[in-house]
Amino acid sequence: MMVLITYDVNTETKEGRRRLRKIAKCCVNKGQRVQNSVFECLVDPAQFAELKHKLEGIANPETDSLRYYFLGRNWKDRVEHFGAKQAYDPEGTLIM
Amino acid sequence: MRKLLSVLYVSTPESYLSLEGENIVISVEGTKKFQIPVHNIESVVCFGYLGASPALIGFCAKNGVGLSFVSPYGKFLGRVTGGVYGNVSLRKEQFRRSDDETKCLPIAISCITSKLNNSRVVLERCIRDHAENVDTKSLKEISAYLKINANRLQKCETLDEIRGMEGDNARAYFGVFNELILHQKKHFYMHGRIKRPPTDNLNAMLSFLYTILAHDVQSALETVGLDPYVGFLHRDRPGRPSLALDIMEEFRAFMVDRLVISLINRKQVTAKGFSRKESGEVLMDDDTRKEVLTAWQKRKQERITHPFLNEKIDLGLLPYVQALLLARYLRGDLDLYPPFLWK
Repeated sequence: MMVLITYDVNTETKEGRRRLRKIAKCCVNKGQRVQNSVFECLVDPAQFAELKHKLEGIANPETDSLRYYFLGRNWKDRVEHFGAKQAYDPEGTLIM
Repeated sequence: MRKLLSVLYVSTPESYLSLEGENIVISVEGTKKFQIPVHNIESVVCFGYLGASPALIGFCAKNGVGLSFVSPYGKFLGRVTGGVYGNVSLRKEQFRRSDDETKCLPIAISCITSKLNNSRVVLERCIRDHAENVDTKSLKEISAYLKINANRLQKCETLDEIRGMEGDNARAYFGVFNELILHQKKHFYMHGRIKRPPTDNLNAMLSFLYTILAHDVQSALETVGLDPYVGFLHRDRPGRPSLALDIMEEFRAFMVDRLVISLINRKQVTAKGFSRKESGEVLMDDDTRKEVLTAWQKRKQERITHPFLNEKIDLGLLPYVQALLLARYLRGDLDLYPPFLWK
């Protein structure tokens, strides 16, 4: 299934910037960075549970927020793109 | 059922693969060109000179992602896989049967029967779809010949007999292969099957795709815990994945030949994409190779109904399903190995 993950991390403190980097790294390990704090992750439910657990361990619920959008298996019909930063299709043909 | 993930083909020869976090990163001359999480990838086929970092090789091995290295011209060089998992007793059974010719026979017969049947379907399809444009008479003759042989095959008593028949049949089949090419006949014509190296456009394409198919079949066998190097029809030879070659016989016509024919007939590839070296070897250029690989990946995503399981699967999972069935047969859960018979 495709999960869209977005986050807002408060970066006013040094601690916050640290959390931001950590969260970004976790997301990039599981998906594609489509915009600065927006990730598309093609994961199975187990992988998602693991990722979610990790992210929620890092984020500070007082100041940061995480949002998950479940786009399911037919996610391609639900996504449109305009402009720069063309994304790749992780289920498509990958020839580099 | 297992999910079919993408295969990453790295076709720029100057690419270097490395690991970053859990991502495969492809860089060309020091700049990052692409990155993708390893868990989205089934396996990687790399057509480059530069190869991959040890860290990536290790990570792929750990996560069960096959990593194959193929020369820029499609010659198989080697592959990296993790430790062989799966069942020891299954593998031992495979070895025992492989040593005993009478026990190899039924499997070998299954594979070659399927090969004959599937080659025949390729011919029959052409007769049905293009009856007025092709030499129906010779196609029908060969098709009938394959059918008779498929029946005779069931009575073979030695592996050599099977090998002999397989050779005869391949010659007959490739003898009429040119008939299937309806367009660009001048540029795509073969004088029999020539490999190592292929010396005409048609052979070059076939050889290239057979290499890719072998990679897929080998990964499939490894996933179910079989040893791809211990074959039943193909004998052991160091470095030759004999079992992969055995099982591959079932898919050659269905997955590769059919695709090559339509690529040519639809003019998706043209003679311009091929060049000849001094040695007579014919090579594809980058664009043609990409076109062929894209078509191959698309083909793998088509859904078919598996004739034995009666279940809808992605065509790309076919080698995996056959490997599973073979494992079941070796364990004694099935009385006979059911090969893939295309209708």
